Amino acid sequence: MGKELIRLVDCCMSYDGEQVLDHINLYINDREFLTLLGPSGCGKTTTLRIIGGFTTPVSGEVLFDGRRMNDIPPHQRQVNTVFQRYALFPHLDVFENVAFGLRIPKVVEEERNGRTVRRKKKLPEKEIQERVLEMLEVVSLKGFEHRRITELSGGQQQRVAIARALVNRPKVLLLDEPLGALDLKLRKDMQIELKRIQQQVGITFIYVTHDQEEALTMSDTIVVMDKGTIQQIGTPEDIYNEPKNAFVADFIGESNIIDGVMVRDRVVKMYGREFACLDGGFAENEPVDVVIRPEDIDIVPPEEGQLVGTVTNVTFKGMQYDIIVDFKGFKWLIQTTDHSPEGRHIGVKIDPDGFHIMKKSQYSGMFGDYSSYSEEYEELSDADALDEEDDGEAARREDGYAE
Amino acid sequence: MRNKWIAAPYVGWMALFVVAPLILVVVYALTARDGAFTLDNFSNMLQYAPVFGRSFLLAGIATVVCILLGYPMAYFLARERGRLQSMAMLLIMLPMWMNFLLRTYSWQFLLERNGFFNTLLATIGLPKLDIINTSGAVVLGMVYNFLPFMVLPIFSVIVKIDPRIIEAAQDLGANSIQVFRRVTFPLSLPGVLSGVTMVFIPSVSTFVISRLLGGGKSLLLGDLIEMQFLGSAYNPHLGSAISLVMMVIVLISMGLMNRFGEGEGKAVLL
Repeated sequence: MGKELIRLVDCCMSYDGEQVLDHINLYINDREFLTLLGPSGCGKTTTLRIIGGFTTPVSGEVLFDGRRMNDIPPHQRQVNTVFQRYALFPHLDVFENVAFGLRIPKVVEEERNGRTVRRKKKLPEKEIQERVLEMLEVVSLKGFEHRRITELSGGQQQRVAIARALVNRPKVLLLDEPLGALDLKLRKDMQIELKRIQQQVGITFIYVTHDQEEALTMSDTIVVMDKGTIQQIGTPEDIYNEPKNAFVADFIGESNIIDGVMVRDRVVKMYGREFACLDGGFAENEPVDVVIRPEDIDIVPPEEGQLVGTVTNVTFKGMQYDIIVDFKGFKWLIQTTDHSPEGRHIGVKIDPDGFHIMKKSQYSGMFGDYSSYSEEYEELSDADALDEEDDGEAARREDGYAE
Repeated sequence: MRNKWIAAPYVGWMALFVVAPLILVVVYALTARDGAFTLDNFSNMLQYAPVFGRSFLLAGIATVVCILLGYPMAYFLARERGRLQSMAMLLIMLPMWMNFLLRTYSWQFLLERNGFFNTLLATIGLPKLDIINTSGAVVLGMVYNFLPFMVLPIFSVIVKIDPRIIEAAQDLGANSIQVFRRVTFPLSLPGVLSGVTMVFIPSVSTFVISRLLGGGKSLLLGDLIEMQFLGSAYNPHLGSAISLVMMVIVLISMGLMNRFGEGEGKAVLL
């Protein structure tokens, strides 16, 4: 990754009085693959459109190489976009779609008699030919030059859109949910393909998606957004292993998020019991959210477990079983390769590095409970669950741990 | 499919009132007054070549004027939103709700030697103009009556162009003129083509406009045909032959135009 290329400073945006971006601060490096990740309406596409020049922020600055770009129109930015659903030109064939940007005369500055003269210059036809064919080869579409757009599959249209943008040799390529319309298999292939293309052409990619797996697969940096604000910026590993709040923990991968108290450094208390963890730097007895990833939980015999619960639902997922375990009302998701039948009492063990401690946030209590995961089971066991439910919050916390 | 029977009434209607008369026209065109087969009707038509020429020329001019006036309006309307758009739409449609004859009579009144315009010119001290009974007046009448048929199809095609395609063109470096030339205009051609069809055909066959505004001086095909059926020169056989030839010429020119615009047409249909 190179030096800083783009910076957004305090960018705000609102439509019809509704704030869609709230003081976005972000920098993007040269040659970086950066992903804006979040649910729909989180402001990720608006952020992309601000960088592309299609919308101007209400306040704040957009800097390219340190120069303010707020009012520069899209056609004067060294940025190209791969649009959602491609937006290819239906009246042109594959070749002319890709050649579109090259056929537009560019303003060049030339030295003439010691003075710089600005004039419009057209690329020679031969160079256009070469560059288009070269780019079609990069996206594996050689031989498709004279196909009509309508004769292409979704994946091929996607490749034309990428070639059409890249052929202009932009400094930055913006991609707005480019794989959203493709089926799963093709999407996986294109993820690898996109990463390869990015490394081959060596430019910055800014990628917008709501698919966390896509983000984890391709990105150097992930920016998690929600409700117009940035929740966390980091590498895929950082985001997954050290989520900043319950929203990030829930949005990236699966998470069990439990109320806890940080007794002191490296000791967290939940279900009335203390557990060893690796986190520190919290106030003594500070209430926290505890994140435990489903794959970090080991199932052991009840007498060896740190906590004991009842299996309420088992789903076979191919690579693993998704097991829902009820710890007195709060349901956890555990992913394991070993089968445990419904109704069995099991113990669980979590290593100190399996705990991720987060400060309380506006998202606390909103995510991380898998009660809704096994509604079918709920209906069957409602009668049994009722009297336990009446015991209330305190009982739930106390009874969870092993006798 | 049993459902095809629901189209039966219309098919019957077509057979009775479109196909049968068409056959009659062909029969009339190929027979003399005594009913014998002849091609004389077609050879006699040669003397009317100037009328053919004038009809197609005036209809052509009217169509071009309609494009020049209508396209920018349609383009502007398609980019407009809300109240202004519906208001402008109403203004375009409004004249069409008035009787065609009435509209054309009004123009006669406006353009007359002592009509509205000349009175206006006279009051500000300018010499009177001879507008009525010229080819110009006929073209004016055609444009006035058929302009909405140019604006509406162009508008409906432009309004359907995906805004992201426009953004894509801007993104690839095109300024607004280049976006129009390379994207919007080619994509709007199907609308222009159907506009041309809808203006040219009624213009080429009109007789009311030329009668009222052309003063019989610039005889058009429509007048000629009308004369053969209802007028002094009663000869339905010649009239049928002229109608037939006109129909064939129109069909050929529309066919050529559609072939020319085929690529774009297909593209926009998606």
